[in-house]
Amino acid sequence: MTAENSNEKNSVSINRSVQSSRNVWSGLLFGMGLVAFIDEAVFHQLLHWHHFYDKSTTDIGLVSDGLFHAFSWFATIAGLFLFADIRRRNGFWLARWMGGLLLGAGGFQLYDGTIQHKLMRLHQIRYVENVIVYDIVWNISALVLLIVGIYLIIITNKKNQKVEVTSNEHS
Amino acid sequence: MNIHSGVHHVDETSIDHVAAIFPQLLLSLPFFILFIMYISAVIFTNRRYKPWPLYRTVCWVLGILCALLAVVGPLANRALVDFTAHMMSHLLLGMLAPLLMAIAAPVTLLLRTLRTSWARGLSRFLKSWLSRIYTHPIVATFLNIGGLWVLYTTDLYSLMHESTLLHVIIHLHVFIAGYLFTVSIIYFDPVFHRKSFLYRATVLIIALAGHGILSKYLYAHPPAGVPPEQAELGSMIMYYGGDLIDAIIIFLLCLQWFRATKPRAAEPWAAEKQRAFHNQ
Repeated sequence: MTAENSNEKNSVSINRSVQSSRNVWSGLLFGMGLVAFIDEAVFHQLLHWHHFYDKSTTDIGLVSDGLFHAFSWFATIAGLFLFADIRRRNGFWLARWMGGLLLGAGGFQLYDGTIQHKLMRLHQIRYVENVIVYDIVWNISALVLLIVGIYLIIITNKKNQKVEVTSNEHS
Repeated sequence: MNIHSGVHHVDETSIDHVAAIFPQLLLSLPFFILFIMYISAVIFTNRRYKPWPLYRTVCWVLGILCALLAVVGPLANRALVDFTAHMMSHLLLGMLAPLLMAIAAPVTLLLRTLRTSWARGLSRFLKSWLSRIYTHPIVATFLNIGGLWVLYTTDLYSLMHESTLLHVIIHLHVFIAGYLFTVSIIYFDPVFHRKSFLYRATVLIIALAGHGILSKYLYAHPPAGVPPEQAELGSMIMYYGGDLIDAIIIFLLCLQWFRATKPRAAEPWAAEKQRAFHNQ
């Protein structure tokens, strides 16, 4: 490897290291937005499984839904702008960004599937008798996303520390 | 004066017809005046300065059209008896028209039209505590979203259909509050009391939530005199229509952030960090 190449590579990993937490944030915001968007597009509009309003919806459920809906709408767009900002600073780190995305997506889906659907009775996943099956699939898939996301963030954290150590050794 | 009956029996007597037309003309008058003022200012100042951007003029014209569609003509007539039409007209009057007109930067145009002494007076007003209060994001949110809560969860909505005066005041309020809210969140004109992006983003999210919660609430709790089917459809128009226009506001706010945080050097982060490493 020529000196120039290795310098370039070095500067990219330093950029990534500087932008490491912003990679997670960008992924997290976009992940939350993405899951909320899929929830709205697929489960509300296409399948008509979710209901716009359920008679058993509690007031706190309505408030929680309103806040999360507004936040996720904002997060989808803001997450992408943050992504563009990281890109123009040459600090994009796919694995770490994906970690953030899965963490955001899984976290939001788990919150939606447990607290909003069950505790606050916002609406059910589908209006059928054996809704428990849907609940289990919904929440386990949320957990899987969450765990893979956390795993990705942990391993990129370790790499990040390595970059900082080697950068310090170089100087 | 009863404008409600004016629409129900529009063909019965010409007096009722006049009664229905009067508030519509009254409400459309300010928008006609604003339209003429803006266009004349553009023509007038283009002789002295570089041409005023075309997109701003286009936005202003479209904004005025949206407002006029909401206050005069077939949609405004239907809005008196049909809650879904009312919701559509409110989306136009309270959200889309203010947004388009804010993009058109009317204050900037006014500043370049006025004589220097007048322009100084205007900027003194813009710096005053009064303007500070009304364009504060939280105050504007209360005026805008709070106003809607009062309108739809009290008797005000049914009272509005019985009094021409209330009808005119409420519609002007919806437009002005929508405009103040828009300019408190995204900056197209000179702003002397700036708030950070994070601050405005937070207030925007809370305002969106307030709007969304109210729309879903109306689904199950229609204002007095509104049939359930109309309330359900109207609530969804408010919810999804609001989301659509909000997406534009969010996009523009993020775009302004993206431009404001543009890195100055080619790779300032890398350069800084590398310098820091070398100095260790």
